[in-house]
Amino acid sequence: MSLPKELRYSEEHEWVKVEGEKVRIGITDHAQSELGDIVFVELPEVGDTIEADEPFGSVESVKTVSELYAPINGKVVEVNEDLDDSPEFVNESPYEKAWMIVVETEDLSQVDELMSADQYQEMIDEE
Amino acid sequence: MTELNRTPLFAEYEKSGAKTVNFGGWEMPVQFSGIKKEHEATRMAAGLFDVSHMGEILIEGQNAERCLQKLLTNDVAKLTPKRAQYTMMCYPDGGTVDDLIVYQLAEKRYLLVVNAANREKDYQWIQENKIEGVSIKDISDQYVQLAIQGPKAESILQKMTEIDLSAIRFFRFESDVPFNDVEGTAIVARTGYTGEDGFEIYIEPGAGIQLWRKLLEEGSPDGLQPVGLGARDTLRFEANLALYGQELSSEITPIEAGLGFAVKTEKEADFIGKDVLKKQKEDGPPRKLVGLEMIDKGIPRTGYAVFAGEEEIGFITTGTQSPTLKKNIGLALIRASHATQGEEVYVQVRKRLLKAKVVPTPFYKKS
Repeated sequence: MSLPKELRYSEEHEWVKVEGEKVRIGITDHAQSELGDIVFVELPEVGDTIEADEPFGSVESVKTVSELYAPINGKVVEVNEDLDDSPEFVNESPYEKAWMIVVETEDLSQVDELMSADQYQEMIDEE
Repeated sequence: MTELNRTPLFAEYEKSGAKTVNFGGWEMPVQFSGIKKEHEATRMAAGLFDVSHMGEILIEGQNAERCLQKLLTNDVAKLTPKRAQYTMMCYPDGGTVDDLIVYQLAEKRYLLVVNAANREKDYQWIQENKIEGVSIKDISDQYVQLAIQGPKAESILQKMTEIDLSAIRFFRFESDVPFNDVEGTAIVARTGYTGEDGFEIYIEPGAGIQLWRKLLEEGSPDGLQPVGLGARDTLRFEANLALYGQELSSEITPIEAGLGFAVKTEKEADFIGKDVLKKQKEDGPPRKLVGLEMIDKGIPRTGYAVFAGEEEIGFITTGTQSPTLKKNIGLALIRASHATQGEEVYVQVRKRLLKAKVVPTPFYKKS
């Protein structure tokens, strides 16, 4: 199970990566492995706002639909359109090719409240 | 929470890397290597399924045939020993108690194979409606049920027995089939739930474990893989085979579900539900099960509402992205007036109404 140290993690299995003033968001390797073969990803549009702990999209495997919960508040500035045609990237490359959205946020300190890789590991071990 | 049931094969799942889930009170493998891979293996080569959670009810005695003619919608009189039949058991209002396969084991002796989640309900229903001169036994625990399905199913299974499997035709079976290095014998039927050729095998639990192991050993060079309930569902869905609880229920009649071929309203015996089902067959049912293909992007899922304009006309019974066709498709039970090929309808996917059209079923037919 891959769990990059430099990322922060939410209880709903999203990862976030701070890039200057912006934040990139995706789902974890653990999440994709639990979901199985991803066949569809539904994401917001550029300009939409997302709100912490509220759904901002969904991922669908052959069997189920799972909501994506925003780890922080922000405004969507980029959406990964490759996932439209290649939802399998979520399984193959959850931290690289399958980033989902990039948001701008006025308050980067929200990221500090998320879990470190070690804390996230501990959480999934307890599940 | 009550403890989940496990089939005698449970210990074998782990060796093949299964992920298990609660399925109708049973801890069953939902997948081994992955739903898409297992689905494809079954379509291209062969898949091995543990379906021991299914129930087996033995009905025997002087009046066994008469009893089944009353309980079941299909015509049991057409059976002879070593033949099987797909049939429904219905309520007086035409709603479905269960869909099942009845095997005639011998004169006056039948085996009913019923859905796991319905086993107790079915047994009760049969007890309540039985007639004199019939004995009814739930013998589910005496059997492991394995299914081997796919274009290579026969050649793989043939490696393990001297009995000529090619002589067993569709919906026929052979009893007392021995397998090399496996104790005891099995009932082997050419039936299945995937839309592929293949067999369902009923065998005593200890022997079933041996057979499972031997089959994986002998079959894996030919592409045989263990398959979980996830792919079993996508396989049966593409082939338009009903799943009780989705396409059929106490609220859905077999005529609505498009299973009129298993409802013989012309048979002489009165069977439970006959009046309603006969009328539906003659006048057409109020709702019909149709295939839907999404035009807009989105996947239909069980329970999603279906609209024509502003009006809700039904719901999705099963839907997914078809692993074989790579299309987002569903089965929907909708008002009969909208059940015409090419008709455009809308499926409510979360907050949005997405366009779909009525298409023919089955979505997949083996070549």
